[in-house]
Amino acid sequence: MTDNGWIPLAIVASSLIPGVLIFFLAEEQRKLRTTLNLSGAILKVFLVGVVFLGYLRGEEYAFRYNIGVDLEFFLRVDLLALLFAALSSVLWLLTTLYAIAYLEGSAYRRRFFGFFSLCVTASTGIALAGNVVTFFIFYEFLTLTTYPLVVHRGTEKALQAGKTYLWYTIGGGTVLFVGVVWLFVLAGSVDFGDTELLASMADEHGPQLFILFWVLLAGLGVKAALVPLHGWLPVAMVAPAPVSALLHAVAVVKAGAFGILRIVYDVFGVELAVSLGVLTPLAVLAGVTIIYGSLRALAQDDLKKRLAYSTVSQLSYIALGAATPGMLATVGALAHLVHQGLMKITLFFCAGNLAETLHLHKVSELNGVGRRMPLTMGAFTVAAFGMIGLPPIAGFVSKWYLGLGGLQSGNPWVLVILLSSSVLNAAYFLPIVHAAWFRPPDREWHTHRKSRFLETSWMLLLPALATAILSLAVGLFAASNWSVLDIALKIAEGWYPQK
Amino acid sequence: MTSELLDRLTVLAVILPVTGALVCFLVPRSWRAGVGLLVSMMIALTTLVMAFALMAVGVGGHEFGGWAAPLGINLRLDGLSCVFLLMTAFVGLPVGVYAAAYYTCPDAHGGARQLFWPLWLFLWAAMNGLYLSADLFNLYVVIEVLGLAAVALAVLSGHSSALVAGLRYLLAALVGSMAYLLGVALMYGSFGTLDLYLLAQVIEDGFTVRVAFALMLAGLMVKTALFPLHFWLPSAHASAQAPVSAILSALVIKASFYLIIRLWVDVFAVSVTYAAGQMVGVLGAAAVIWGSYQALRQKRLKLMIAHSTVGQIGYMFLLFPLITVVYAGAGEAPWLIYAWTGGIYQALAHGFAKAALFLAVGVYVLAVGNDERDSMVDLVGRLPMTTFAIALAGVSLIGLPPSGGFVAKWMLLKAAFASGQWWWAPVVVWGSFLTAGYVFMVLRQAFAPTTQRVQLRPVPRVLEITALLLAVGAIVIGFRAEEVLILLDVGAPFAEAVDPEQGGGP
Repeated sequence: MTDNGWIPLAIVASSLIPGVLIFFLAEEQRKLRTTLNLSGAILKVFLVGVVFLGYLRGEEYAFRYNIGVDLEFFLRVDLLALLFAALSSVLWLLTTLYAIAYLEGSAYRRRFFGFFSLCVTASTGIALAGNVVTFFIFYEFLTLTTYPLVVHRGTEKALQAGKTYLWYTIGGGTVLFVGVVWLFVLAGSVDFGDTELLASMADEHGPQLFILFWVLLAGLGVKAALVPLHGWLPVAMVAPAPVSALLHAVAVVKAGAFGILRIVYDVFGVELAVSLGVLTPLAVLAGVTIIYGSLRALAQDDLKKRLAYSTVSQLSYIALGAATPGMLATVGALAHLVHQGLMKITLFFCAGNLAETLHLHKVSELNGVGRRMPLTMGAFTVAAFGMIGLPPIAGFVSKWYLGLGGLQSGNPWVLVILLSSSVLNAAYFLPIVHAAWFRPPDREWHTHRKSRFLETSWMLLLPALATAILSLAVGLFAASNWSVLDIALKIAEGWYPQK
Repeated sequence: MTSELLDRLTVLAVILPVTGALVCFLVPRSWRAGVGLLVSMMIALTTLVMAFALMAVGVGGHEFGGWAAPLGINLRLDGLSCVFLLMTAFVGLPVGVYAAAYYTCPDAHGGARQLFWPLWLFLWAAMNGLYLSADLFNLYVVIEVLGLAAVALAVLSGHSSALVAGLRYLLAALVGSMAYLLGVALMYGSFGTLDLYLLAQVIEDGFTVRVAFALMLAGLMVKTALFPLHFWLPSAHASAQAPVSAILSALVIKASFYLIIRLWVDVFAVSVTYAAGQMVGVLGAAAVIWGSYQALRQKRLKLMIAHSTVGQIGYMFLLFPLITVVYAGAGEAPWLIYAWTGGIYQALAHGFAKAALFLAVGVYVLAVGNDERDSMVDLVGRLPMTTFAIALAGVSLIGLPPSGGFVAKWMLLKAAFASGQWWWAPVVVWGSFLTAGYVFMVLRQAFAPTTQRVQLRPVPRVLEITALLLAVGAIVIGFRAEEVLILLDVGAPFAEAVDPEQGGGP
């Protein structure tokens, strides 16, 4: 069954081919490289759009390719895949624009953009993977392609961070490998969504499935930065801002979170997971991560580090939602997958703008910066408010559903976690916002301006504003048809059979 | 018609390299590379056509002088042989191209470089002969030729370190073939035939047979450098010149490995026991851990890669415990096909990846002037293609997807779980982890910036390209295992027992 198989393949190839071609260009061929990059990014968004419309009409998109024996490469479009692919492709386009401006004039841009494209290839591959093996292939591919980006600056600190990053991710990858093979031996090639086979084994292989779940989760937990496997994330901050932005919003951490969603809902299935009793420990783990990440964020003065710990915390909302049985919590988790991406990428774009334009890296240096860069700080403020969970910004919607889900499933402590996390979020974001807008500047800003009219180069500004507006819009229009929330509801309906 | 073609091709696969070697020896020095490359291409073409012919008509071969065994000497081609022949040809060809350019570099001058082509083609002839022979004594002759040609190539540079290592290599090779020959003598004494497939029909388990098998196995293990008999390998492989290292590490040790498989499944099937399989497996596991750990500790790149070979050989030997369960009476065994594929794919993927790695590091060494890991700083921007080749080859060695190494490790791990021998799983995983360690130590250096930039010496572009091609080969074979599997299936010992389509179910 290879229906319209070339389209999912083309979605993956639209960044793979430019990525590979870029390596063959000379460093100086800037225009050609930029053209390749942007046309790939635009094509990818376009293709995802086409598939989205096709999917609404009821078309099926699947591509199967047998590697050997029972190793099968399988790309397929379902609603969750579309959601994640849309997120990756849109954010990739914006980040590419941003990166072109951000890295202007620095060395080895060819290498950077090459791996950057390959990295997005991996994340769209993860989105479209139709079975566990394909997911695993792209998951590991992501590790390999992000390493050169993390160490891109080549400083001692960057290399050290790269080393930490690798030990964590390769370690997680090998554990996941064992889990995937184990799953294969138990149940054969598991396509996502085929939960019956595994469910039918619950009586016979209960304990084995229990261990298997944790092995898989330990592998995915590294990228999803669940405590205590989060150590690499704050360290990987040394990477250039566009990398951090993409890493934190869609690529690496989301791969982990997305994997957890797939494992819980599409491999084990909620019923089996509940009966195995794995969800409550996972929820506790996620809860601990949320609080721990927020507490650590509070203590950071380095802006990017603060954002990194905030990612550790915010990301576990998704795991928390997945671990809370009940449709509403699931909807919250799915919505947060997108919402967190939009908000966090805005924050990193803004942090990058501050660093690139005014060389500000620390929270304590931000007094009065709102007057010098009002648009950047405006975007930052929107995203920060969203993170705290103020309506009508995106973050509010997902928190609302997560909270409702907690109550629905009879776990009121979920609500306590969410509320205390919101308080902590406010405690580490509001001082920044306050300092930027209401404190007098305590220094002279660099007078060098990148643009005559704007506070910085338009290519740096536009992506930040666009994602800020998007995070506002998905919150405002959450109730409309085919909003992120609506899609999340439709996906969740598929996972919870109506009784 | 096609079976006649196959008959001719098997003969051609041996005759071509022998003739090539002689011609290369006779023509003027400046012609040798050209003639050698031409012959290499012809062998590669022959092997390719042979693979298609094999798939069309099934197992075939040639009887010299029209005499059937036991009177005559036979060549026999099945899927297993063909996979190894193909690997030899398609790793050997790029290595030859590399060598042609390599020996024009001033660094490689001196020594007896003009002998590279005759020796390499002789070696190739011996390997092809080994993959095609169906006769124990013939096999002895070719492994002897193989060993001598390999040692001669290893000492080609004439450096004292190479000579010392070469002497040790020679000693190991001779001891190995002696042990093997003793085993052959015992077999001939007991059964009066040396043809592999006639032996398989008449063989009965017994003390003599077991002693003979143990002797042959031990001899071949020395030649394959299975832990703890690997003492000779790291110094010999590391001190040879880059193209020679690639040939030795990627191809030569696979020949004796192939023969072990051949004897294990085709001849001595009655004598192998579960315990024997487990013992070989333990040695393999020890090799994986020890070799990879030693590689991690090396400060010189070529020594690191040589130790990595010791580790990767270990993976190939995990095949034996996993396929030996059936002889303990386990009936239906769907994992046999996984283990079989996994072990052979490991040999295949390692062939490409290791050749690529030695060639790429050869480029580094030519450019920088030594092979200390610490001097390989800041190369990623200046030798991007070579660094990329190292990264790709590394990916396959580690076993990360998508690559040949991944398919191999996936199959082995799966066979381990499915056969209930889960204790091999930590070995596979821990070995990968250690491998990742040493591969990324090299890459980390390559990314490191430096304050005092050393001027790199110019390196011919073709060296970089061939290294990259081989590395890409190691990745590409991970995309399409199907054809290799179909090929392996021709005359495979488990072909009837297991239908690959049914694999995977609970």
